[in-house]
Amino acid sequence: MGRKPSPSTQSRQLRWLAIGVVGMFAFAVFAMPPIYRVFCELTGLNGKPTLANAQAKPEAVLDRKVTLEFVTSVDAGLPWTFRGNLTSVDVHPGQIHRVSFQVENLSDKAVIGRAVPSISPAASTAFVKKTQCFCFEQQTLAAGQVVEMPVVLYIDPALPKNIKTITLAYRFYRQPDIEQKI
Amino acid sequence: MSAEAMSHSTAGQGHDDHGHHAPLKPFLLRMFTTTNHKDIGTMYLVFALLMLLCGGLAAMVIRAELMYPGMQLVQPDFFNQMTTVHGLLMVFGAIMPAFTGFANWMVPMMIGAPDMALPRLNNFSFWLLPFAFAILIGSVVMSVLGMGSAPNFGWTFYAPLSTTYGPASTDFFIFSVHLMGISSILGAINVVVTIFNLRAPGMTLMKMPLFVWTWLITAFLLIAVMPVLAGVVTMMLTDRHFGTSFFDAAGGGDPVMFQHIFWFFGHPEVYIMILPSFGIVSAIIPVFARKQLFGYPSMVYATASIALLSFVVWAHHMFTTGLPLAGSLFYMYMTMLISVPTGVKVFNWVATMWRGSMTFEVPMLFALAFVVLFTIGGFSGLMLAITPADYQYQDTYFVVAHFHYVLVTGSLFAIFAGAYYWLPKWSGHMFNTKLAQMHFWSSLLSVNLLFFPMHFVGLAGMPRRYADYSMQFADLNFWISIGGFWFGASQLFFLAVLFTIKRQPKASANPWEAQEGLEWTLPSPAPYHSFTQPPEIK
Repeated sequence: MGRKPSPSTQSRQLRWLAIGVVGMFAFAVFAMPPIYRVFCELTGLNGKPTLANAQAKPEAVLDRKVTLEFVTSVDAGLPWTFRGNLTSVDVHPGQIHRVSFQVENLSDKAVIGRAVPSISPAASTAFVKKTQCFCFEQQTLAAGQVVEMPVVLYIDPALPKNIKTITLAYRFYRQPDIEQKI
Repeated sequence: MSAEAMSHSTAGQGHDDHGHHAPLKPFLLRMFTTTNHKDIGTMYLVFALLMLLCGGLAAMVIRAELMYPGMQLVQPDFFNQMTTVHGLLMVFGAIMPAFTGFANWMVPMMIGAPDMALPRLNNFSFWLLPFAFAILIGSVVMSVLGMGSAPNFGWTFYAPLSTTYGPASTDFFIFSVHLMGISSILGAINVVVTIFNLRAPGMTLMKMPLFVWTWLITAFLLIAVMPVLAGVVTMMLTDRHFGTSFFDAAGGGDPVMFQHIFWFFGHPEVYIMILPSFGIVSAIIPVFARKQLFGYPSMVYATASIALLSFVVWAHHMFTTGLPLAGSLFYMYMTMLISVPTGVKVFNWVATMWRGSMTFEVPMLFALAFVVLFTIGGFSGLMLAITPADYQYQDTYFVVAHFHYVLVTGSLFAIFAGAYYWLPKWSGHMFNTKLAQMHFWSSLLSVNLLFFPMHFVGLAGMPRRYADYSMQFADLNFWISIGGFWFGASQLFFLAVLFTIKRQPKASANPWEAQEGLEWTLPSPAPYHSFTQPPEIK
C-alpha cells in the first residue's frame, strides 16, 4: 500500500465504512428487535405463549400431576381490578382446563386494556398450550362493567419431568383510548 | 513517491498551514479552525483531562456520601445522578477522548504521515464533544439549581428506568449520547483511512507499531458498535415520545431486550477503552527494558482475537435475567476464552522485561503498575464470568472493584504512562521528575486503598448504586473514601507537572533512547508539520 491515497481508493474505503455505520444502526433498530422476538417465540424464553391448535386432542397422563399457579396484576394507571377464581390448581398433563378471571372497570368511562402473559420457568413455555386466552386480544370494558375472562389450556405431556410447578402471570396494561389493531 | 504526488496530496488535504500564521490568528479562532493533527490531539487530551476532573468531582460527592453510614450530604436521587454522570463522563468524556487524542498525535507520526487523512472531519469530530458534554453537564447544573433532575438511571440507562421512569432531562442525555457517538464514529473512520492510506512506503501492516495496530482494531470496534448505541438511544427516544414499545411490556415490547442491545454495544465498548492502552504499554515496556517487544505477531493476533470475542460475550452482564442453561454456559465459556489472548499479552510484556536492563522512569512505573493491577482486574473478571458465582457478585461492589481495576489502574494508568512517555515529544521539555514520581506513588497507594477493599465489601454483599449501606460495611467504606479523596488529590500532582513543564530543561529528540519509533526521529517538540517528506522505512 502506498503513501499517497488515490482519491478513488480513499473514497471507496469511506463508502464502505459509511455503509458499515449505517448498516449497524439499521441492524440495531430494525433487525435486532424482530430477531429477538422470533428467537423468543421459537424458544419460549421470554415466557410468552402462542395460540395452540385446539383440534389436537391430547392424551391425558393420569399418573402425573403438575401444579399451575396464577398471578394477576394491574399496571398503575389502569383503573381495573383483576383476579382469578383460583390461585393454583393441580392438573394432569394432557387434560384440558378452563380457568376463569374476573375483570372489573372501576372508572366511569370505557377503558381499553391488554394483558401481557408471562410463564415461568421459561423452559415450560413451549409446553403450555393455550387454545383460548383473553391475553391474545385487547379488551374494552365499559364504565363499571364486570367481565369474566377465560383461559383454556392443557399441558403438553412432553413437559420435562423436572418441572413440577408452572406459574402463569398476567398483567393488565392500559392501552390508548383509540381502538387499534395489534 | 514523487514530489509532484506529494504536493497533490497535501493540497488535497485542506488548509493545514495555520502553523505559519499561528501568532497572527487569535487563539480561539485557531482552535476552532485548525485541521492540524497535533492541535486537535492536544485539544482532545486537554478536553479529556477536564472531563476527568469533572467526573472525579462527581466521584468525590459519591465517596463523601458513602464515608459514613446514613445520609450525609445529598439526597438519594442526587446520589444516583452523581453515579450516572460520573460513569458517563469517565467513559465517554475522559477515557475515549484521551485515546482519540493519543491517536491524533501519535498515529501520523508513528506511520510517517504528514497528518490525518481527513483533517477537516477531524476538527468536526472534536468540536462535537464540547457541545455533547455541555448538554450533559448542563442537566447537572440545572439539577443543582433545583430545576428538575439530571439523568439518574446509571450509565447503563436500563429501560424502563430511562424510558417510563426517566426524568425530563433524559432527552438531553439522548441527544448528548448521539453527539458523542457521531464524534467517536467520525474519529474512528479517520483513523482507519489514515492507517490504510498514509503509511510511509515500506511500512507494511506487520511493521506498524503496536499502538497503531491496537487503534486500528479499536476503530473497527467503534464503527461496529457506536451505531448500535445510537440505535438503542433512538429506540428510547421513540419509546418516550413517539408511541413505540420497543422496551415497554404494555405495548408488546420487552425491557430485557434493552439489556441485550445495550450490552451488544457495551461489551465491545469496554475493549474500546482498553485496547489502545495495550498499545501504549507495548510501546513503553521495550524502551525501558532495553529489549525488543517479545512476540510482536502474537500481540497483533491476540488483540484481534480479543476484539472478535468481544461480540459473543455480552450476555455475561445478564446472567441473572433468566438466561437458559445453554446460554449461561456458552457466555461463561466464551468469556473465559478471552483470558487466553489477554494472558498472551501479559506473558509477552513479562517476557519483554525478562533479563532486560530495566530502569524505572515514570512512564515505566505507570506501565508496570498497569501490568500488575490490570491483571488483578482481569482475574476478578474471570471470577465474575463463573455463572453460579455471579449470582453472588452481581450488582455488588465486587463488580465496581473489578471494572475500576481495569479502567482506572488499567486504562487511566496507561494514559498517564503514555502522557509521561510522549510529553517531551509534545512539549519539547522534560517534565519535573520529582512531581511525576510523587504523582505515581501517591496514585498507586491511594488507588489500591480506594478499590481493593471494594472486593471485600462486595463479597460481603454491599450492593452498588445505593446512597447508604448497612452498618457492617462502615469501617471499610471509611477507608475507601479516604483512598478516594487521596486519589483525587493525587491528580493535582499531574496538573502541577503540566503547569511547570515550560520551566523544565529542553528535551532531546529521543530522550528515552528508544530503539524504534518514527516519532523519535523528529526533533522535540515535534514540528507543526512533520513527515511532509515520507521517511525511509528499513
